[in-house]
Amino acid sequence: MTDRPEGPEIWQRSARAARHNRRRHRAEWRFRVYGLSAVILALAVLGALLGSITVKGHSAFVLTHVELEVFYDPAILDPDGTGNSAIIGNANFAKLIKQSLVSVFPDVTKRNDKRALAKLVSQAARFELRGRVLEDPSLIGTHQTVSLAASGDLDMFVKGHIPRDVPESDRRLSDKQIGWIDALDASSAIETRFNIGFFTNGDSRDPEMAGIWGAVVGSFYTLLITLVLAFPIGVTTAIYLEEFAPKNRWTDLIEVNINNLAAVPSIIFGLLGLAIFLQLFHLPRSAPIVGGLTLMIMTLPTIIIATRAAIQAVPPSIREAAHGLGASPLQVVLHHVLPLAMPGILTGTIIGMARALGETAPLLMIGMVAFIVDVPGGPFDPSTVMPVQIFLWADRPERAFLEKTSAAILVLLVFLVLMNALAVYLRKRFEKRW
Amino acid sequence: MSAALLIGLLLLLCTAGYWLGRRRARAVVRSVGQPLHSLPGYYGYYVALWCGLPALFTLIVWVAFQDSVLENLVIAALPGTTADQAPELLGLFMNDVRNIAQGIVAGEITPELKAAAAHYERLQSLAQWSLIGVGLALGIAGFVFAFHRIAPAFRARVSVERTVRILLIIASTASIFTTIGIVLSVLFESIRFFSIVPVHEFLFGLQWSPQTALREDQVGSSGAFGAVPLFTGTLLITAIAMVVAVPVGLFSAIYMAEYARPWVRDLVKPALEILAGIPTVVYGFFAALTVAPALRDAGVTLGLDVASESALAAGAVMGIMIIPFISSLSDDIIVAVPRGLRDGSLAMGATKSETIIRVVLPAALPGIVAACLLAISRAIGETMIVVMAAGLAANLTANPLEAVTTVTVQIVTLLVGDQEFDSAKTLAAFALGLALFLITLALNVAALFVVRKYRDRYD
Repeated sequence: MTDRPEGPEIWQRSARAARHNRRRHRAEWRFRVYGLSAVILALAVLGALLGSITVKGHSAFVLTHVELEVFYDPAILDPDGTGNSAIIGNANFAKLIKQSLVSVFPDVTKRNDKRALAKLVSQAARFELRGRVLEDPSLIGTHQTVSLAASGDLDMFVKGHIPRDVPESDRRLSDKQIGWIDALDASSAIETRFNIGFFTNGDSRDPEMAGIWGAVVGSFYTLLITLVLAFPIGVTTAIYLEEFAPKNRWTDLIEVNINNLAAVPSIIFGLLGLAIFLQLFHLPRSAPIVGGLTLMIMTLPTIIIATRAAIQAVPPSIREAAHGLGASPLQVVLHHVLPLAMPGILTGTIIGMARALGETAPLLMIGMVAFIVDVPGGPFDPSTVMPVQIFLWADRPERAFLEKTSAAILVLLVFLVLMNALAVYLRKRFEKRW
Repeated sequence: MSAALLIGLLLLLCTAGYWLGRRRARAVVRSVGQPLHSLPGYYGYYVALWCGLPALFTLIVWVAFQDSVLENLVIAALPGTTADQAPELLGLFMNDVRNIAQGIVAGEITPELKAAAAHYERLQSLAQWSLIGVGLALGIAGFVFAFHRIAPAFRARVSVERTVRILLIIASTASIFTTIGIVLSVLFESIRFFSIVPVHEFLFGLQWSPQTALREDQVGSSGAFGAVPLFTGTLLITAIAMVVAVPVGLFSAIYMAEYARPWVRDLVKPALEILAGIPTVVYGFFAALTVAPALRDAGVTLGLDVASESALAAGAVMGIMIIPFISSLSDDIIVAVPRGLRDGSLAMGATKSETIIRVVLPAALPGIVAACLLAISRAIGETMIVVMAAGLAANLTANPLEAVTTVTVQIVTLLVGDQEFDSAKTLAAFALGLALFLITLALNVAALFVVRKYRDRYD
């Protein structure tokens, strides 16, 4: 190295060069800002998405209840005093609720007003009363204070989604109804409780009764079928292609094929499911078995690609050592390569299953969009799955379903986050660097 | 149900076969005094395979053909007047029979229908029980056969490994069959569609209104199947999505790969992965209920007329969905550009951004192009966002503020709900599906080609 002369460097001496450099450094700074703002924009969008859904959905986890004193009137429930549960079961429980509401507001006398008053309590509350009476017939003839689910409109009003200041004709609640609600509220008969029904009920036309359990069970059966079929087929395919297949045109074709299938739009798999499983094999429409088969075909490429990557990551020295000790090719794979590749395979499988859990479009094609109230009891029962339930609820006009939809999205996202966290944990815990 | 029962029984039989086979192999060694060819476990596996495989194969074939055989039997047993109907009516009749046998009762039940359903049900239960019988018999026969072949000189390992290898090969053809299945299922229906509507009318027609007339004199249901408005609508939304996704995705990839500190990378990458993992139906909900109203309100303040199902809302949200896709692919590609290229450029006095723009990006360009092609193919095939946020009316326009419809939206609307399977309307969905499949296939192959051609250029 030679000694450098004191003073400014050559490139700093001319004013033009200095200007040029300043410009270059400004460009550098600008470029960096572009990059940073792109990252911030992406994150902001993520925040907006999650934030808007949380804001809309969190209130669905509580439900407004109305506390009423109900007189289990024997004249309505069991006029002849038979004690026969068939007669009691068919009794007019709605009338009980109406009576007890009217007893709270004795000045309501007109027929229309009474009907409007009864609309404050959920249509499903009568079934709750019926259940209570059937369980304990000695209630008949007594006065009891019960807490009944409020109607969707009252629920929305209490949660502040039906503003008071809009004209009465634009509101789902009339001024009179709001007056009654205020009166009930003043006597602290209105309370919000944790909405257990949201997690235990099937779908319903009444927003206050609609729950996601039916869809969760449907998703479970669908994913179970997908996993049971896709995991073995995917792993064996990958083992064959990585460890045994000769390199020829045929295996090349399979490889290109798999890569292509991984990028085929999911709706095409729905068309396949419709044409093959429903039209050709007459499998039941809307059943998790068909959904599972369709999603299996869609998930297979993901699992195959992940498994191949995991198998490739196992160093050849392991194979050579096993071969050297006299293991047959199959023993090498089953006893040595596969156990070492298993964390990677499981990670890929979980990610594939997470994708399948969030998939909607192919399931629309095979008729899993039906309105199904019952919780499915098996993979052959008609059912729906969580994303389709979200799609169906998003279409419903009632304001209360907007909240339900967001809440269902939150539940779905929790499942997805759990699955992905499990995948990340497996990767971190068992990943080996060779 | 019977299939599940049979599979359960066969699994039990296989487990028993494994244990018994292994024990027998050990016993044989002791009694004969000659060493075994293979490890005892292989004799167990050999027996288990013979217990399970033949029965399983029979089960699959049986289940695949049971329905059509039963149907033919029922039709053959029908009284003459019912059996002599036109094939379509007979198909409807058989549908009713199946439904009644399943316990779904719709419409009135004629005596013939009732009789046929009872017959069908009888045959079905007979078939189920005989399936279990045949399957178990095969399993036991396989067990007996394999069990008696166990001898010290018998090469169980070779047999087992050969069988397993054949099973592996069969599994690996599943993907081929999937592709064939896709192609055939959309192709057959498309050919039927094109026999009703000529290909050129479908590809170049400007009018899309798939409502076919029920009566001759009906107004407004001419049944026009010109798909151009759908293609342009898809293209418009895809273009908007790419305008959003490519700059944001690419710049964030550059920032993450070249500028970001490791801890920022460790935080932001998982966050972007979350964005990639959100189901599309959630994006659809976001687009329809948050972005579209916001855009409409913004349009009102600006004095613009924005449709509530504007292409802009659907396209922008689709772009958001694709950002992580582009950014993670580009990130991998940028990181893969050799260090030496960067060092050379920096040593020449270039700033970091000059290095990136003039050296790194040109080197990474093929990969980035491939990533964009894959992203386009995803945007074209994306369904839920457009189903929820884009319109239904086929609108031939390039204005992003108007509502347009896409190929995938039309497939969904044509096929969801109850339709007869033979109308031009339903078949049109398969023709659209074929078009979609071919376009995305071409894009994927192009991306693959670009990657293969330019891969390892710097190694």
